[in-house]
Amino acid sequence: MSIAMRDSWRLALTALLVALMLVALGQQARAQDATPGEANPGQEAAFAVPAVDADAWRQIRSGETDANFRDSRAESTYNLINASGETWRQIRDRWVSPFGAIAILGMLAVLLVFYLVVGRQRLDEPRTGRKLLRWPVLDRALHWSVASLFILLGLTGLLLLYGKALLRPVFGDGAWAGLMTGTKTLHNYLGPLFAIMLLLVLARFLRHNLPKRHDLEWLRQGGGMVGKGHPDAGFANAGEKLWYWLLASVGLVVVVSGLVLDFPNFDQARDTMQWANVIHALGALGLTAVALGHIYIGTIGTEGVLEGMTHGYVDESWARQHHNLWYEEVKGKTDEAAPEEEKSDAPSASRPPG
Amino acid sequence: MATMKFMCDAERCIECNGCVTACKNANEVEWGIQRRRVVTLDDGEPSEVSISVACMHCDDAPCIAVCPTETLYQRDDGIVLHDKDLCIGCGYCLYACPFGAPQFPQQSAFGERGKMDKCTFCAGGPADSKEEEYAKYGANRIDEGKLPLCAEMCSTKALLAGDAQEIADIFRQRVVRRGHEDGGWSGNPRADADSLAYDATQQG
Repeated sequence: MSIAMRDSWRLALTALLVALMLVALGQQARAQDATPGEANPGQEAAFAVPAVDADAWRQIRSGETDANFRDSRAESTYNLINASGETWRQIRDRWVSPFGAIAILGMLAVLLVFYLVVGRQRLDEPRTGRKLLRWPVLDRALHWSVASLFILLGLTGLLLLYGKALLRPVFGDGAWAGLMTGTKTLHNYLGPLFAIMLLLVLARFLRHNLPKRHDLEWLRQGGGMVGKGHPDAGFANAGEKLWYWLLASVGLVVVVSGLVLDFPNFDQARDTMQWANVIHALGALGLTAVALGHIYIGTIGTEGVLEGMTHGYVDESWARQHHNLWYEEVKGKTDEAAPEEEKSDAPSASRPPG
Repeated sequence: MATMKFMCDAERCIECNGCVTACKNANEVEWGIQRRRVVTLDDGEPSEVSISVACMHCDDAPCIAVCPTETLYQRDDGIVLHDKDLCIGCGYCLYACPFGAPQFPQQSAFGERGKMDKCTFCAGGPADSKEEEYAKYGANRIDEGKLPLCAEMCSTKALLAGDAQEIADIFRQRVVRRGHEDGGWSGNPRADADSLAYDATQQG
């Protein structure tokens, strides 16, 4: 009796459950029938994931990734979008490139005008024929090493920045590919060598380039261009000292940023590379422009100066005119300088006088 | 002329990485390089979303603008290709690209990176023969009248490739079908405040 009652109770419960399931299934079936044909905004909104908000979107654009970022590419930390690349492109193409062209072409134009208007800085007095040792062979070797590396790096650097616009139309694909591959290889391998040589030359020339009080007066007179007579100058005048300290500051910045670019094997972030590239280009273009001035003053701009860096000896009257304080220091040593021997060594003994 | 584009419907992407595999296989891409990747944002959170990314074949592409050798160029149909013979491995395209598309096989001292590689929209690249083209750039399916394999093989048809107009139409129809109040990318109640025209991460 009691067993039968229990059984019937179970039967009733089962029937109820089955009925409920049938009702539920029916509703689901009706819901599914409705889905394919017509839109059901309410339903989709119910299971759609919440939106990523504007802050998250800004974070994505910044290129930074958070702990819940996954990328199926091996060792990639590259976010969905990294807007800094476009910023770098705009800085490089809209500011750095025009700046460099203006600085370098502008300097060339200024030098040309200066040469045509003012002309060459002649010696005030005729050469005495007595020579003073100005640059020993080690100094000259260092100078010309850095100078030739600077010129090679400058030319290859300019090709990397402007070659596409200037030379690309002239070359066929093969020659262009060879030129640019050589350009990049030279630039990348000579760069570290330049870094070493620059440090050596800076160390070697430091003692000549410590600032002195009379340098201010030299600058105020524009190295003798303003007012009468020549301002005081020691072994190096204030202009040379400025060039030295420019290389010791901007030059080192260019070297360091160049090394950052040259050794991607240390896994620098892309942002680091972008900034290194902008700093490297700005510094190098600026230095190239100033170097043009240095080359002008050191060659055709001044009479009697280049021989100091080619053969090591300068004429006494040049020293008295341009570096009077240094001349006072070393004039006693004129006789020890063995000018005769130097003259016989010089391959271009027939330099045009004055 | 058609303008070829990729579009990934983040609502449909299930992060199966089938596109990545299809691309690798179709193009025999060299070891270490993966032209297509799947990015997942907010992994494991309710707002998790995945999207497949490769070269987006930009109009006004930053990579083309910064390349010093004209390695990169854009075809009339919008596909951005690269000429491996001209590439010097300077890495500028990699610095400029917003999507991380250009990759290099190496990353060694003195900037030795090898030749850049990136998605070609399965349109190969400049070469003298079919064999050379395949070896350098992978398949040229566009030439055969086919679409990129990643999109063709996408199991949920999240990744679409083809003429921009047609892709836009397909996507538009999906949005209409989904019936969102404020567009396909968003169900965001603050959508009015965030007037972002393109938001790949917002789901609705």
